[in-house]
This record gives sequence, structure tokens and C-alpha cells, in this order.
Amino acid sequence: MKKFCIGLVILGCLMFGITSGGFAADKVIKMSTTTSTLASGLLDILLPELKKDTGIEIKVLAKGTGAAIRDGMDGNVDVIFVHALEREKEFVEKGYGTKRYAVMHNDFIVVGPKEDPAGIKGMTDAAEALKKIALSGSTFISRGDDSGTHTKEQELWETTGIPMNKETRTIVLEGKELKVSFFSPQDSGRWYVSIGQGMGKTLTFADEKQAYTLADRGTYVNYKLGRAVPLDLEIFCEGDSRLANPYGVIPVNPKKFPHVRYDLAEQFAQWLISPRGQSVIKNYQVLGQTLFFPDAIPGIK
Amino acid sequence: MDFFVDSFLSSLILIRTVDPALLNIVYVSLKVSLLSTLIAGAVGIPFGFVVAVTEFAGKRAVITLLNTLLALPTVVIGLFVYMFISRRGIFGVFDLLYTQKAMIIGQVILIVPVVTTFTITAISRIDTRYRRTAMTLGADRIQTAMVILREARFGIVASVVAAFGRVISEVGISMMLGGNAKGFTRTMTTAMALEYDKGEFVLAVALGIILMSISLVMNILLNYFQGRTAV
Repeated sequence: MKKFCIGLVILGCLMFGITSGGFAADKVIKMSTTTSTLASGLLDILLPELKKDTGIEIKVLAKGTGAAIRDGMDGNVDVIFVHALEREKEFVEKGYGTKRYAVMHNDFIVVGPKEDPAGIKGMTDAAEALKKIALSGSTFISRGDDSGTHTKEQELWETTGIPMNKETRTIVLEGKELKVSFFSPQDSGRWYVSIGQGMGKTLTFADEKQAYTLADRGTYVNYKLGRAVPLDLEIFCEGDSRLANPYGVIPVNPKKFPHVRYDLAEQFAQWLISPRGQSVIKNYQVLGQTLFFPDAIPGIK
Repeated sequence: MDFFVDSFLSSLILIRTVDPALLNIVYVSLKVSLLSTLIAGAVGIPFGFVVAVTEFAGKRAVITLLNTLLALPTVVIGLFVYMFISRRGIFGVFDLLYTQKAMIIGQVILIVPVVTTFTITAISRIDTRYRRTAMTLGADRIQTAMVILREARFGIVASVVAAFGRVISEVGISMMLGGNAKGFTRTMTTAMALEYDKGEFVLAVALGIILMSISLVMNILLNYFQGRTAV
């Protein structure tokens, strides 16, 4: 019994210690962003600079673009930082966000194993490259998570002319039945693997299985050059205009969600497009490679 | 409240239309979890039995270690197994990573301590007079063991039920070692994590409802078998 009491006291002390930590800082906002901004290492450089300049701290929730936008639509976060232009425009039009600020861009690339079983090395037409992968039956790893990259991948598959498989699910939302569909190549059997995970995970998956995948350049370079054990994947297709990947930041509309910290979110967005923020983005390099190109002030040094 | 109604209706639609993708997810979940539980039972029950009935130096240490392993986080197991079976790991040539086999390896490591400790507890509770009586009646070692196991069957079946519950509900190992590949290693829990990541909460909850129903059915079945063996 004595032992039991002592145990209880220790447990009590521990619990008190945990809960009394508290949240001291008050200039904290929540941001939902895509996994690529975090996995590329950009935020690790950007956020400390932001704090130095403005005192704002950001709680980062890295998800697929679909989920990040959803967070904004539910008022769970104060600002979103994503890459799916059409969906971002819709987000603002429907009143969930105040304004989209173009921040930066990079591009998508098709990467794959050194041996290049599909023979797509040096191709500039992304759709043709995907078609060759499909026809040769080489393993292709798809994000499959409704992210910006996945959205882009589905668009590209549709332009290849390969018959597409449409998978539709019926869900009920706000009392109405709603169809959600995803596209993937037909007859994809064992070569098309949809894993439903973030960019970094998808790259390591492709690396493990020595397969092709569509990746954003930022994450790829960071995983290729920024790690002790580099990825065993090469870039095979780049430069297609359809592979452009613009990023935007949107503060969540306080008219829709009065509890969001709009002032701080707006200040953050303004900082990102200011010469200071743009120059941090421009100068972020991983082993000599620039990962993101500023869009608000393209010529910044 | 609407949210729950939506989710519930969505899950009904999923079940009613016998969504093939959903069937596959359920199939993979059950297959992997049942195999893991079987293997863990085959290893854990004899191991627990031996630890419980024999006296040896360091017995307490072994039991303490097993109890510690009960709290082993799934991500830790995932990470360790990953290091061994990754393409650059020792067993990389077997191409195990992101397969159902990898998930089973991880899950067995997770629940062997569960089965073992429950078995030890169940057997330690059996009055030693059973053992002595059996021996005085001329039972050999194996017959004595069967007597003890028979008396401890409630606890042992409970250990298997708990182990199954642990693996069917875990997400860390399945995600890290299985990789959530659609049609191959996507289980109910990883599918839910994915739908959550995508912001499709309705579908995530729908899957959750199905998972709970399946777990309920499995438990009813196991309880039925447990009850039937009772005299």
C-alpha cells in the first residue's frame, strides 16, 4: 500500500509537470501547408528569419494540398501555403480566404532508377514520358493522396491518351450524396502503385522499389543531395511547361471564421512577398541548387 | 452532429455497394492481422509457459523486460525492422519492404510480448496443486503441461484476443513497413490515416465504423469459442 501511494504521488507530480508547461508565446499562428515546403527544408530556413523580423511563430501542419485546403475551409488554421492554382482560386472565390499571394514556383520532374527501363531519358514531353512508362509496364509510384502533385499527375495521365480508370466513391456531405472520383491508368495491374503518402515518403518508396515517380524538384533535390544516404533516382524528364508548380499563400478569411488570427496571417503573407522574404527564398540552396524561384519579385537577389 | 450522420450514411453506402476497394482493404487487414496473431501465439504461448513453470536465475528480469516491451511504440518497431529490410539493409536482397510479409514481421514483434506476458500471468495463477496432483497420478511432463494449459485456457485465449486487437488497430507498423500501397498493403487503419490526410474525414469515419464492427464480430466469435470450452 505504501508503495502504491508513493507511485500515485510520483504519477501526480509528472502529470502536473506536463500540464503546467503552458503556452507562453502569443504571436503564434497555425499554418497548413503541403509536405513539399517542409520536406524540401525551406521552412526550416524561412521560419526562423520570419521570427527574427516580425516575432511571429508558426505552427506548421504539413499535409497534402487537399487536406491543407480543407483545414482552411474548416477554419482550423489561420493561413494556408499550398500549390494547386485552380483550387486556390476557388478557395478565395468561395470566401474562405481573403486573397492569394503568388509567392514562388518550382517545377515537377519525372524521376526513376538509373537503368531507365522505360527509356525516357532526356524527354521533355511529360505526357509522352508517362505513356512510355505505362507501355513498358515499369513500376510507377503515385502519391495518391489528393495533393497538388497528385492533382498534377492525374492531369498528365489524362493527356497521355491512355484509357483511364475512374474510381468513384459516394459519400454523404451535409446531407447530400456526393461523388468523389480518382483517375488512374487502366490495366495498371501491378505496375501502378498508389501509396497515399507525402512527397518525401513517395520518393523513398520509389527509391526502395527502384520505380518511377512524379516529384517536385525541391523535395527531390533535398532528398538527393541533402541527405547522408542520397536517393538512388535520376531526373529523366523536365522542362515541360505543364510541369510548372506555383505556390501561393492565402490568409483565412476572418469574416468566415472570426477566431482566426488574420492580422498575423496577413503580416506573414506580406513578409513572404516582401524583398526580405523573397530573397530568403531565392537564396535557399541545397548544395548549390536553387529549389524555389520567387514570383512576387522575380528579379530579387 | 451532421458530421456523424454524414459519416454513418457514407459507411452504409460503402457497405451496401460492396465497394471492391473497401473489400480489399478489409481483406488485407484481416489476413495480415490473423497471420501475425497466429504466429505470435505459436511463439508466445510456449515461451510464456516455459517462463512461468520453470525457475531460473533472472526470471524476474525476463518478466520485467517483457512488461517493458508491452509499451514498445509501433514506430520504434517499424524503424528497427525498416533498417534491416530496407534495400540498403542486411536483408535488403529479399525485397521485403512494403510487402505484407514486412507488416507481419513487425506485428509479430509487437504482440509476442503481449501473448507471452498474458500467458505467464494466466499460468502463474494456476494453483501448483494441479501440477503436483497430475504428477502424482503418474502424468509425464507433456501430460502435466497439458493439464496446466487446460486450466489456464481463459487467460491464454484472452491473450490472443488482446494481441489480435492490438494488431488490427495499429497503424505505425502497417504504415512504415507496409507503405499503404493501394491493393497490396493498404489496411483499414492506414486507409483511415490517408483519408484524414486528404481531408476526407467523412470517409475516414466511415472506415472507422466498419473497423469497429469487424472488431466487434471478431471478439464475439472469440468469446464464443472461449465460452464453449468452459466446463
